[in-house]
Amino acid sequence: MSFLQHDVPISWYLLLSAILFSLGVVGFLIKRNLITVFMSIELMLNAVNLSFVAFAYQWHEVRGQIFVFFVMMVAAAEAAVGLAIIIAVFRARSTLAVDRIDLMKL
Amino acid sequence: MNESAHLWLIPLFPFLGFLLNGILGSRLPRRLVSAIGVLAPLVSFVVVLSDFGATIITAASSCPNCGSVAALALPASETLSYPWLAIGALRVDFTFVLDQLSAVMLLVVTGVGFLIHVYSVGYMKDESGYARYFSFLNLFLFFMSVLVLAGNFLLMFVGWEGVGLASYLLIGFYFQRTSAADAGKKAFIVNRIGDFGFLIGIFLVLTTFSTLSFSQISVWLALSPDWHGTVLTVICLCLLVGAAGKSAQLPLYIWLPDAMEGPTPVSALIHAATMVTAGVYMIARTHLLFDRSPVALWTVAIVGAATALFAATIGLVQNDIKRVLAYSTISQLGYMFLACGVAAYSAAIFHLVMHAFFKALLFLAAGSVIHAMGGEQDLRKMGGLRTKMPVTFWTMTAAVVAIAGFPPFAGFFSKDPILYAAFLQGTGSKVLWLVGLVTALLTSLYMFRLWYLTFMGEPRSEAKHHHSTPLSMLVPLVILGILSVCGGWIGIERFSAYLAPVAAAHRPMPAGNPFLEFILTIVAVLVALEGWLIADKYYRRKPERPAQVAAALPNGYKLLLNKYYVDEIYGAIIVKPLLAFSKYVLGGVDLLLAGIAWLLAGIASMTGMILQRWQSGNLRSYAAWLAAGAAAVLLFLLLTGSPHAWSLPFFHSETIFKVSHITVIQNGQAGH
Repeated sequence: MSFLQHDVPISWYLLLSAILFSLGVVGFLIKRNLITVFMSIELMLNAVNLSFVAFAYQWHEVRGQIFVFFVMMVAAAEAAVGLAIIIAVFRARSTLAVDRIDLMKL
Repeated sequence: MNESAHLWLIPLFPFLGFLLNGILGSRLPRRLVSAIGVLAPLVSFVVVLSDFGATIITAASSCPNCGSVAALALPASETLSYPWLAIGALRVDFTFVLDQLSAVMLLVVTGVGFLIHVYSVGYMKDESGYARYFSFLNLFLFFMSVLVLAGNFLLMFVGWEGVGLASYLLIGFYFQRTSAADAGKKAFIVNRIGDFGFLIGIFLVLTTFSTLSFSQISVWLALSPDWHGTVLTVICLCLLVGAAGKSAQLPLYIWLPDAMEGPTPVSALIHAATMVTAGVYMIARTHLLFDRSPVALWTVAIVGAATALFAATIGLVQNDIKRVLAYSTISQLGYMFLACGVAAYSAAIFHLVMHAFFKALLFLAAGSVIHAMGGEQDLRKMGGLRTKMPVTFWTMTAAVVAIAGFPPFAGFFSKDPILYAAFLQGTGSKVLWLVGLVTALLTSLYMFRLWYLTFMGEPRSEAKHHHSTPLSMLVPLVILGILSVCGGWIGIERFSAYLAPVAAAHRPMPAGNPFLEFILTIVAVLVALEGWLIADKYYRRKPERPAQVAAALPNGYKLLLNKYYVDEIYGAIIVKPLLAFSKYVLGGVDLLLAGIAWLLAGIASMTGMILQRWQSGNLRSYAAWLAAGAAAVLLFLLLTGSPHAWSLPFFHSETIFKVSHITVIQNGQAGH
């Protein structure tokens, strides 16, 4: 396993993670469809997971990996709840465009 | 302590009655409400009687001045005590003391209270707020029994304030009427002035004796028999202010006549028989302090005598039947204060008890008259009720004769010892005696005036008389009538021998002289007779005379009719300046404060209006702000250097290494 540590430096992982995260942020900001926005959030979470794993490997630290499990758990729960909300919103409003779901506005 | 645990029962039952009728009363049938309300004082009465009935019967059946009195001289008291407050050196216990004094007082409160509850069942039959009425009445009895049972100043003050509250609630019972609501407020506020004095007195007691317990103070005083301090006089005068407020003495008596706005049974119970006597009770309870301060005693006596005369003169010309009785009450309370002031405490309590009988009866009979007249209270419109309501007539006659002081009725036996004690207290007190005597004349005069105007002559108005009086109203009248006739037969000697362990004055008392006492008694009876004869002449034989006298002395008559303009004087010198000051505060100071408050509120709402724009409802704009914020934080960290400066020590890499090292070792051991 040691070749991995030598051949692929941690900065590569971090760079990949940053690119994925930025894609998620941009998708979150510019997409109008709620489902796409939702997927962008998943993308951000997984980008963070990647950097967690990379750091955990680098520092021989098991807690980073434990954190990844937590994030995955929360992401799964979030997906379940979030998709349910999306379905409910669609039933009520017949649209998934985020700009038109603004009932919370004062 | 355990065998006295049932002392709790005395205040408990009225309190339960208050809770039941207060919370559920409006949903219960009226019969149940009446049963709860009437049973509460009865049970308390039985509890007190079961404790002290035996000693009272022994005392009543013993002959004075012989051996059995000496056997009773032990202070037969029961105490119940639980810790209440402990702040530093201050310790106040929740102490109930049932001794002779509080037993007598409680028997009056619960006994007369019970009769008045029964009377109320009939009197309040057609009123709305029936349950509210009974719950307040029971609340009053609860606080009154706390006041009487209290073993220290603080607990007494609790009861003291509580009865003030109940009095306020009941005076303002017809709160839809502005005059009743105002009268309630007036009573409350004037009492508050008295309570202020009482409270100052309590604080002075605390700083002087380091305790509030009556028994500890008496021990303290017994250990230093020669101690006389200026502070003692100040304490006594402060307590007197409190007593004068509660017992309607000069100059704080003004609330009591207005308190007649309440239902008549309330006037009988609270504003004649029980609550207003709390001041007398308090002085008798703390008489060990008063005994040592001649100045305070003199003040009490002068206040009492002045009030007695002052109120009696006003009572002469009032036309409202209840107001006459109210001024009569003030005047009789003045007698009790006079008795306290000449250190004849048991005479004061004796008059208190007798007064409770005949004054409650007078009020209840007046209530019966008002009831029959369909709410009419003006004496000038009554008359000729003698044949129409015989029971009321005869019982009221008994009460009138009793208060006028004719033998062998109750007032004779209780008023004479007071006058006699006043006469004996040295040269200066002869004036007090004379004032008391003149008051006796006036008392007889105004009571017979009321009697003639109500019952004798011809009816002076077309008011309907066919309101029959229910049995529940007549029975209390008859019982109180019997007590007004026979109550005084106990005699002051037996009574003071019974109270001696608690209420005997601890100061040298002048020796009596039976012959002198006899002469004074004759004088007092003749004076009362004279009062009756004047009333007879003015209101029966020559009914035109009062108007002629009033016309001959227009200024004097007006002065009396307007109650010496005391309310107006108080209004001009106290209420008006206070109002002007309040208006100044409202206009000037309040405006400034309100301005500051408005400014602060304006700043907050302006900020809100600006910040409101961020809350656009656009999800993506929120997200963009979030991302921008995160980016700003990251940028800040990058520019200012190491993130370690902001992170918790736990996340330092060294710590992480140590922790993981330990984890690895543990895992290795587990693997072996």
